[in-house]
Amino acid sequence: MTFEYAPAPESTSIVNISDEYGLFINGKFVAPKNGKTFTTINPATEAVLAKIAYAEAADVDKAVAAARVAYVKVWSKISPQERGKYLFRIARIMQERSREFAVLESLDNGKPIRESRDVDVPLAANHFFYHAGWADKLKFAGVGDNPKPLGVAGQIIPWNFPLLMLAWKVAPALAAGNTVVLKPAETTPLTALLFAQVCQQAGLPAGVVNIITGDGKTGSLLVNHPDINKIAFTGSTAVGKGIARAVAGSKKSVTLELGGKAANIVFEDAPIDETIEGIVNGIFFNQGHVCCAGSRLLVQENIHEEILEKLKHRMSQIRVGDPLDKNTDLGAINSASQLARIKSLSDAGDEEGAQRWSPECALPSKGFWFPPTIFTGVTQAHRIAREEIFGPVLSVITFRTPQEAIEKANNTPYGLSAGIWTDKGSRILWTAKHLKAGVIWANTFNKFDPASPFGGYKESGWGREGGRHGLSAYLKGGN
Amino acid sequence: MTRIDVKKTYKLYIGGAFPRSESGRTYEINDSNGEFIANPAQASRKDLRDAVLAARTSLPGWSGATAFNRGQILYRVAEMMESRSGQFIDEICALEGVTKTVAKKQIEESIDTWVWYSGWCDKISAIAGSTNPVSGPFYNFTTPESMGVIGVFAAQKPSLLGLVQALAPVLAGGNTAVVVTSQKFPLPAISLSEVLATSDVPGGVVNILTGKTNELAPWMASHMDVDGLDISGLSKDVETQTRIEGTENLKRIHRFPDGNSPQRILAFMEDKTVWHPVGI
Repeated sequence: MTFEYAPAPESTSIVNISDEYGLFINGKFVAPKNGKTFTTINPATEAVLAKIAYAEAADVDKAVAAARVAYVKVWSKISPQERGKYLFRIARIMQERSREFAVLESLDNGKPIRESRDVDVPLAANHFFYHAGWADKLKFAGVGDNPKPLGVAGQIIPWNFPLLMLAWKVAPALAAGNTVVLKPAETTPLTALLFAQVCQQAGLPAGVVNIITGDGKTGSLLVNHPDINKIAFTGSTAVGKGIARAVAGSKKSVTLELGGKAANIVFEDAPIDETIEGIVNGIFFNQGHVCCAGSRLLVQENIHEEILEKLKHRMSQIRVGDPLDKNTDLGAINSASQLARIKSLSDAGDEEGAQRWSPECALPSKGFWFPPTIFTGVTQAHRIAREEIFGPVLSVITFRTPQEAIEKANNTPYGLSAGIWTDKGSRILWTAKHLKAGVIWANTFNKFDPASPFGGYKESGWGREGGRHGLSAYLKGGN
Repeated sequence: MTRIDVKKTYKLYIGGAFPRSESGRTYEINDSNGEFIANPAQASRKDLRDAVLAARTSLPGWSGATAFNRGQILYRVAEMMESRSGQFIDEICALEGVTKTVAKKQIEESIDTWVWYSGWCDKISAIAGSTNPVSGPFYNFTTPESMGVIGVFAAQKPSLLGLVQALAPVLAGGNTAVVVTSQKFPLPAISLSEVLATSDVPGGVVNILTGKTNELAPWMASHMDVDGLDISGLSKDVETQTRIEGTENLKRIHRFPDGNSPQRILAFMEDKTVWHPVGI
């Protein structure tokens, strides 16, 4: 029996997108000095959503200056408890406007409304609520009795979780007493600009949060700005290394959340049905646009056939299409260039001899789409086993012994996350201990929480975000 | 007839052995009066690679040892140093040109530093780890773990104390180390390797290179199998270049103020967070 789903689109009437957005500097939306703009589009339809200000050097200077004045005159003077109360206010307003944020996020990013509504937006609000409570308790954060903020933080975030990454950056920075200049990703600026309105509604003092829109050049201007004390970046390892080079020898402190190529390890005694759900969530959540995605499936050899058969059956149920449809599992790829990258790496998988499989699924004619895909017969040398694809593409590799699983899992310059599926407690703990990764999900995957530190070993970055550990990255005397 | 002293040949310490530099190079060390003392090895790039390999090979054993066991071994280092104090005092006096009282203070502080970090081994996780109250039916905890192979540039002076202050926390965190000694005053570091070799510290856990600091710095910084660097002993003029070269594999690079702190242990540990569902 086959179920037919009637379309169940979320209404867009709740959002009110302006034709054109300025830069949010010193509490106001202002036009960029040179008047340059770019457009942001809906990746599911390619329709233009809005014209966005393009920040250049003069605009970056202006934003950093506003953040400096706000730091010196206001934010570092205000009592910690009052500072926290602004963050509580922001959290509450984000909760109040959560549906608006969710719809806007799905429109601009292409992710399913189910995810923006149930994951991105509530987690973002929770992040502010969590960090609000830290503002007047910093001396208990484990970085000494008299922790101090760093000053002005320059923050650059990616397009995969636009609002959530904003929250991961802005909430701890403000709680610790810093002011910020944030640059959202070029393809997903809209929820950050809506967040600017939340700051206005919360009565946040002008200049504490500044949001400048643009591309990599704008980000580079921010990184190299002499009056920035702290750089926080989430994005690719290549760009992250460039930032590390740019600030080497300067007094700027840096945290980097970069790429990953997580192993999701399935042992022979794993609970199969839960594991299949975990594999699907691990790689197809957010179209696989997840730095910690479980993109390498390591299956114990004797259950390989069974796992593949059930995984293919489950993948055949995945609904690909309109991100605003409440039944959609897999939305649009965020941009034409990301789609090209996914296609190019998948083609490399074919060329290097791996076998590609995707379920039958009709893709919309407009927009950027890629079907859920697995490759079998993958070796560790294949590019699809080594490089971050950042799309809904899973490479399946087998192993015989737990030791071999560890060796293969750790055979990568990345070390962000990993998954373990087994019914045996001692094996979970043994495997978790030997995996070189900052976040380990055992019998679950892709879970996030403001209280849980997140970040990687090796080339997956510097530092942690979230929890007490993440907070210390915004304090002097911290790590 | 006066007896002729049997002088020591100062060599490298790699993988638990005392080789000369494969390059055959040495450099001359004089005392504070300019009198010749020794020709220690001038380590080459190949020596450094051998040292990194030895450190990597010994990592599973050392990082896998219980924290309590590591604490006992670091304490054993303190015991062995105490029994050799005289040797260190003589070397420090000769090289650094300080009085015996000053040299004695340096060796005593060095020994006490080992004792202090010995006690940290099985406490750092309790101080820096956490269970995290996440919003859902999950057990979630964070614990610091060893980072890997750490390159240590020991302070030029005080030659022994600066080295111990950098090395002890690296070992306390379960890492293995490749140490570049003070260039001008390398002899106490080499004597320290004799202490380490007789202190139950497994071969390869600490590897000690003498030679030209600024020659070794870029090789260490660009080595892709080194995970972190303590550059406290590196001169500021090569710091930026060292940091730039270290970005190729995103080494964790730190310069510390003098003194002892648990932050020096944690700087070379990685926080690992583990999630597991709670249910019946």
